[in-house]
Amino acid sequence: MKLLKRIYIILIFIFLYAPIVTLMVLSFNASKTRAKWGGFTGKWYFSLLDDSIILQALQNTLLLALLSALIATIIGTVAAISLTGMKKRGRTLLLGITNIPMLNAEIVTGISLMLLFITLKMRLGFTTVLLSHITFNIPYVILSIMPRLKQLNPNTYEAALDLGASPLYAFFKVIFPDILPGVCSGFLMAFTMSLDDFIITHFTKGPGFDTLSTKIYTEVRKGIKPEMYALSTLIFITVLILLILVNFLPNSKNQAGEKKSRKNQA
Amino acid sequence: MNSKSKYLSTPYIFWAVSFILIPLCMIFYYGLTDKTGAFTLENISAMLTAEHSKALLLSLGLSLLSTMICLLLAYPLAMILNGMQVSQHSFIVFIFILPMWMNFLLRTLAWQTLLEKTGVINSVLSFLHLPALNIINTPSAIVLGMVYNFLPFMVLPIYNVLGKIDTNVVNAARDLGANGVQTFWKVILPLSLPGVISGITMVFVPALTTFVISNLLGGSKILLIGNVIEQEFTQASNWHLGSGLSIVLMLFIIVNMALSAIFDKDGEGSML
Repeated sequence: MKLLKRIYIILIFIFLYAPIVTLMVLSFNASKTRAKWGGFTGKWYFSLLDDSIILQALQNTLLLALLSALIATIIGTVAAISLTGMKKRGRTLLLGITNIPMLNAEIVTGISLMLLFITLKMRLGFTTVLLSHITFNIPYVILSIMPRLKQLNPNTYEAALDLGASPLYAFFKVIFPDILPGVCSGFLMAFTMSLDDFIITHFTKGPGFDTLSTKIYTEVRKGIKPEMYALSTLIFITVLILLILVNFLPNSKNQAGEKKSRKNQA
Repeated sequence: MNSKSKYLSTPYIFWAVSFILIPLCMIFYYGLTDKTGAFTLENISAMLTAEHSKALLLSLGLSLLSTMICLLLAYPLAMILNGMQVSQHSFIVFIFILPMWMNFLLRTLAWQTLLEKTGVINSVLSFLHLPALNIINTPSAIVLGMVYNFLPFMVLPIYNVLGKIDTNVVNAARDLGANGVQTFWKVILPLSLPGVISGITMVFVPALTTFVISNLLGGSKILLIGNVIEQEFTQASNWHLGSGLSIVLMLFIIVNMALSAIFDKDGEGSML
């Protein structure tokens, strides 16, 4: 039985990671087409550095992800705090609206935003894509902060006020440290979602502006440039190393505490 | 805090109205008018034409099938993961989120390389003297792409809910004489239902509305309803028709959301 379970898990992981390994292998393929193997080479990693189009798309993608995650985190944090303070009916309504971009089909969200921007006569480009990304990122931030806020003891904030702290000071000294893990995971989630988004960007970007995703989509017909495989391999490996460092090195103590509080909640 | 929160929420309410509600109204406006701006239901009823209804039915069929496959694959997986004494909950989440850092389009394209007639999988199969797998550019390849892309959305909610089940409840069932199968059907499955429902929504909606996966793995011949709508906006530029079809699509999404709201009141089955 134990062996069967092992085999099952291994099969699923092969399924999930086979395409990723394939892409990594392709990034070392000397042949330009993905259909055949032309021997091992590292040249795409070097020609990547000279490919200004890909580098521009990379810059757009990262800037978008960073800005949209940052702005969404700020708006989302304030929204989450005000949501917990609201009366039940208003909260349910606003949370319902918040969930729409997450539950709705991305194609519908993308189209609806495109129609809005065009009606407002905004030029489709970086700004419109940024606004769209912020919009679909906010729910992830709110949903990762709300549970933290619910666990807070409201008396500590009141106590800080009574002791003479200004509301803003009290917020940063009392509430913020407690919800910080939620804020961080919300930010990371938003960053990831923005980075991986294609559909909403596709509808709101307009000509002349490209992220990595939209660049890849236009290249599908002509064949993907091998440099693109090299770049994604680099991104993936970087993130893998970063996440391993963050997750498994320093704060195993922290995580044990988190697990406990999760148990208590249940 | 209460008095403050009123104006604290104002910026967000403003944002939500401008970028969530008004855009949705725009879709309804375009969907219910024609090019001259006059009210019409034609864009909605266009879904009934042979071409569009075929695309919708195919989308429904493929997305239901892939949702089922995801559920069947994910539930045992979530149970095994939950049974393993992994000290770090975040490690499991990590493994399923990690593939997202490789671009979604590239990951799906990689399946072309794997599935092609002379691709990796067929080379392995012919080496083992097994019959070749010719599913690229067929609906099967689309289902595979859907399952591949959306499986994590099914695994994580179920895994999270299973982790919250009090082991005492399971032990009590066993003490009272229930065997493994009974415990599963009477205790574990009902308690994990919020996760299952949330997983189904998370997989079904993107699968129903995808145009990318069908484009990349189905050749360009198989049209799903997502492809039809996308083409109305990007190629045919008939926004009214595209919006009308989107409204019909949203009906399915709303039913789906309502179901998940009924079964998962406390948001227990959330992904994180």
